[in-house]
Amino acid sequence: MSLFDPLATLDAHGERAVERQSVYVYEAPVRLWHWINAFSILMLALTGYLIGSPLLSMPGEASANFLMGYIRFNHFAAGQILAIALILRIYWVFVGNVDARQIFYVPVWSGRFWKECVHEVRWYAFLISKPKKYVGHKPLAQSAMFLMFTLPLLFMVITGFALYSEGTGRDSWEYSLFGWLFSIWPNSQDVHTFHHLGMWVILVFTMVHIYVAVREDIMSRQSIISSMISGERMFKDLED
Amino acid sequence: MRKTETFYDVIRRQGITRRSFIKFCSLTAASLGFGPDAKTAMAEALETKERVPVIWMHGLECTCCSESFIRSAHPLVKDVVLSMISLDYDDTIMVAAGHQAEAILEETKQKYKGKYILAVEGNPPLNEDGMFCIDGGRPFVEKLKYVAEDAMAIIAWGACASWGCVQAAKPNPTQATPIDKVIRDKPIIKVPGCPPIAEVMTGVVTFITTFGRLPELDRQGRPKMFYSQRIHDKCYRRPHFDAGQFVEEWDDEGARNGYCLYKMGCRGPTTYNACSTVRWNGGVSFPIQSGHGCIGCSEDGFWDKGSFYDRLATINQFGIEANADRIGMTVAGVIGGAIAAHAAITAVKRVTTKREKTDV
Repeated sequence: MSLFDPLATLDAHGERAVERQSVYVYEAPVRLWHWINAFSILMLALTGYLIGSPLLSMPGEASANFLMGYIRFNHFAAGQILAIALILRIYWVFVGNVDARQIFYVPVWSGRFWKECVHEVRWYAFLISKPKKYVGHKPLAQSAMFLMFTLPLLFMVITGFALYSEGTGRDSWEYSLFGWLFSIWPNSQDVHTFHHLGMWVILVFTMVHIYVAVREDIMSRQSIISSMISGERMFKDLED
Repeated sequence: MRKTETFYDVIRRQGITRRSFIKFCSLTAASLGFGPDAKTAMAEALETKERVPVIWMHGLECTCCSESFIRSAHPLVKDVVLSMISLDYDDTIMVAAGHQAEAILEETKQKYKGKYILAVEGNPPLNEDGMFCIDGGRPFVEKLKYVAEDAMAIIAWGACASWGCVQAAKPNPTQATPIDKVIRDKPIIKVPGCPPIAEVMTGVVTFITTFGRLPELDRQGRPKMFYSQRIHDKCYRRPHFDAGQFVEEWDDEGARNGYCLYKMGCRGPTTYNACSTVRWNGGVSFPIQSGHGCIGCSEDGFWDKGSFYDRLATINQFGIEANADRIGMTVAGVIGGAIAAHAAITAVKRVTTKREKTDV
């Protein structure tokens, strides 16, 4: 934790200068994971959508084209990267700091958590004018990330590899590890459909995630966007 | 009661001399690298091993499996029925009828306790105590359970017996139920398809009679040798899929050029069957070769996944018909609107509170 000295001057609006605190929250692997996810999910959603609804037909001979092949290759490559990043990230849950653990559970057993959830809902409903300060994720963010990102991401990786095993065959490690999914849904068309719905869950999450990150960066008492680049959480109690 | 024919009897009946038979045994034993005793063992096995008795029953079904079966070319179905197995009971094609037929069923069940194969075409409806399918004066489900008690193994022919098929499609008024949900204590081999390919059916029978055991099954209980790959994996139109060349309309240039039928709803990518390799009617053609997409007839619940001509499956949970994209885009639209509204309120609120502050 580092302390900035209060500047002993007034700003343009004549307000008192502020004391700013910053805390190191997001360690490098966490930040790296965030941006690997951002780019691979972008690639996966785009190529995945095109696999479900392909582009217009390519002219010429089949031997001269490989468009669907490239689209699928990019989908699979991005999926593999996402999966490996997820495995490393889960490792980091155990060795990283306390904030690295946050989006892998929801403390439903904690009364304080629920109280703070209510407080935050009131903040988003414009009922209170000042949000609470948090070093890590806010309680609503934690729940949303766990339910609408971490779990769907796991689901997408599992269904993704199960579907990939359809191509690599019954003797592949993908099928031995993830083939059990087809015991639950014997018709893989269902798995395709759920995989497709999973994409929309993650996309909807992303929309809310980006909106709230930008909004909180402006409105709340702490930095959000720059924190995922520098790892530092800056507290800006301008109006204290 | 007549003596059951052994394989040796069949071989002799087909005009092969004992000399040729012994020669065949020694040659086979030598070429397989077995010791000098093997030829005698082989000859003895063929002389004493009885043909596998098969009871073939029909539940709620359309007999398309039988129709397919009798068209098998490799092996010919007459060789299967007359030489390889001992088809003791099949109410559709047997000569005996009525009480006579039922007597044979009883006899086989007792005589070959634990040794016969029960082949089931169709499935039992369970609603109203099984009254929707009466066979020999009693509900088919009772007959099925009764005959299955002493069977060595059960072959579930077709999509009906394996998954439920059209009679089990929503809302399934008769509660038609696949065999493996009714009989749980016997090995069951599923041979799905509506109907299954003739050669796949006879191939399964040949395997069981040759080796005296079931072939290797996959997770869903289907024989791996015919059901471990998708239509898509061996489809001759696959290069067009990889190239991104699709039929867009039924009468377009792509359809004439034989492009991939993916966009026309072809279920090849999610259907496990041997159509694209074994093909139909003695290898003449298969649906995709005829210009129509696969409808996924060997898959679970293929009637309930929406139109056969849509790529994305229909999701029916909300009382309206939609697919994953339509649901996803609707939700994204609603959330997007909510975000815009929330952002607008935030902005207004900020401006007004600022003004209040400056007013004070």
